[in-house]
Amino acid sequence: MLRKSLMQLILFACFLIFLSANALAANNPATILRLATTTSTENSGLLDYLLPDFEKQNDYKVHVIAVGTGKALRMGKDGDVDVLLVHAPKAEAEFVAAGYGTDRTAIMHNDFVIVGPSADPAGLSKASSLADAMQRISKTQSRFVSRGDNSGTYKKESSLWKLANVKPQGKWYIEAGQGMGKVLLMASELDAYTLTDRGTWLAYRDKSPLKILWQHDPLLFNPYSAIAVNPERYKDTNYKGAMAFIHWLVLPSTQHKIAAFRLYQQPLFIPDAVQDNSAPASVVTSEKHS
Amino acid sequence: MTDSSLLSSLLDALQLLLLGDGKLWSIILVSFKVSSLAMLVAALPAVICGFLLAYMRFPGRRLLISLFNTLLAVPAVVVGLTFYILLSRHGPLGDWKLLFTQTAMVLGQIALCFPIMVAMSHAAFQAIDLRAWETARTIGAGTVQAFMMIVSEARYAILGAFVAGFGRIIAEVGASMMLGGNILHYTRNIPTAIALETSKGELSQGIALGIVLVTLSFLLVSVLHYFQGRGQIQ
Repeated sequence: MLRKSLMQLILFACFLIFLSANALAANNPATILRLATTTSTENSGLLDYLLPDFEKQNDYKVHVIAVGTGKALRMGKDGDVDVLLVHAPKAEAEFVAAGYGTDRTAIMHNDFVIVGPSADPAGLSKASSLADAMQRISKTQSRFVSRGDNSGTYKKESSLWKLANVKPQGKWYIEAGQGMGKVLLMASELDAYTLTDRGTWLAYRDKSPLKILWQHDPLLFNPYSAIAVNPERYKDTNYKGAMAFIHWLVLPSTQHKIAAFRLYQQPLFIPDAVQDNSAPASVVTSEKHS
Repeated sequence: MTDSSLLSSLLDALQLLLLGDGKLWSIILVSFKVSSLAMLVAALPAVICGFLLAYMRFPGRRLLISLFNTLLAVPAVVVGLTFYILLSRHGPLGDWKLLFTQTAMVLGQIALCFPIMVAMSHAAFQAIDLRAWETARTIGAGTVQAFMMIVSEARYAILGAFVAGFGRIIAEVGASMMLGGNILHYTRNIPTAIALETSKGELSQGIALGIVLVTLSFLLVSVLHYFQGRGQIQ
């Protein structure tokens, strides 16, 4: 009896191995493109909306790994992904200058907004400037939820505190170490202020009692770029796929599709490469890989 | 905030499950596939390890037992981080290109379920009289045959070790998130999806997946009870 059930167990095991082997065999590295991107592009739903088209038109399967910009850049540096879609201009420039990436291309932008409780205890509505607004938050010790994770949004936030000449610390300053969506939910639960990109905010607006208290500030401009991981550093990086993806992103048809991606009649991202309808790409940096 | 109440989340969740939401089922499938494979690879070696620790005398045996018991307490994120560093292209095993694949998740989960299965099967073998082994050997059973006899004696406790090992990896989020990267249709499993959906505020998706996990645990425990129950009758 034992022998019979053992046989059954072995048969079942073989079946499972067969299943799993199938799954692993489907993982053909030639057609996989690994995209490290920020939580904002995924949480807002943009990638779910765009990528099926790319996968249909080109023979690639895109594996999206959504992390903060800092982590995404690190993955690119380590050669763990093929292409990046990130938003931290200064860090991106350093990344390319250090030779970790090539073909940095402006794709789109949106802007950051400061959201907070509608009662506005810090009085942001009375602030005279963005720096004043940040100072009001720290002066009134109003709770502020920070990403605290080296993301593009966090880098922007840090630069704003610096601008306001404030060292954010104390009980009111909450470093969450979470993605944008989670931070918005935390801020909603805690009646706190936070800095968010408009795209994620629009996607979460329905779930949050917070409202926008500071916006349309030139200092809150938020540009997104695509960068290919330098194939000279890692030979088997899917550079071809990365370039196909970048070129596809700046195609007029894709750019129009980005512009058409709306929530509550508001565009989440504004395409940046749409103006020139002829050129394939408006490359920010000139050092193209040959 | 339409989906904030637990009840409406629960109803939405049931609807998602019953209507066969493709995304949801692909996530469930990934969980099963990865964890089953990890179990398949780890189960037999773990039982053999437990057996050797219980029946063989060799230097460092007690230290090894302590080591496996200590490994039970290692957080999944630490296992994840260790494998991340190893498998990253920058790391020593970078040439294998395994980071952010199901294989990487399987490796992490093997590392997680192996110690618990060793420790528990070791305890199971300890409960069997050493004379059973000696008797089997004296009446002419080969090593493998005698081993199979002891295993069959301890099978209910070993089954319990398997369930505990499976329980640890099917519900584990840290290592899967780090090693798999939470890629939809590929490395997004039930726990990482729950983490993501919660962060997106999609509570009903999270609850639906939670229901699947709980149902799965219930089925596992029921199967164990079934086998154990039969063992008592005989």
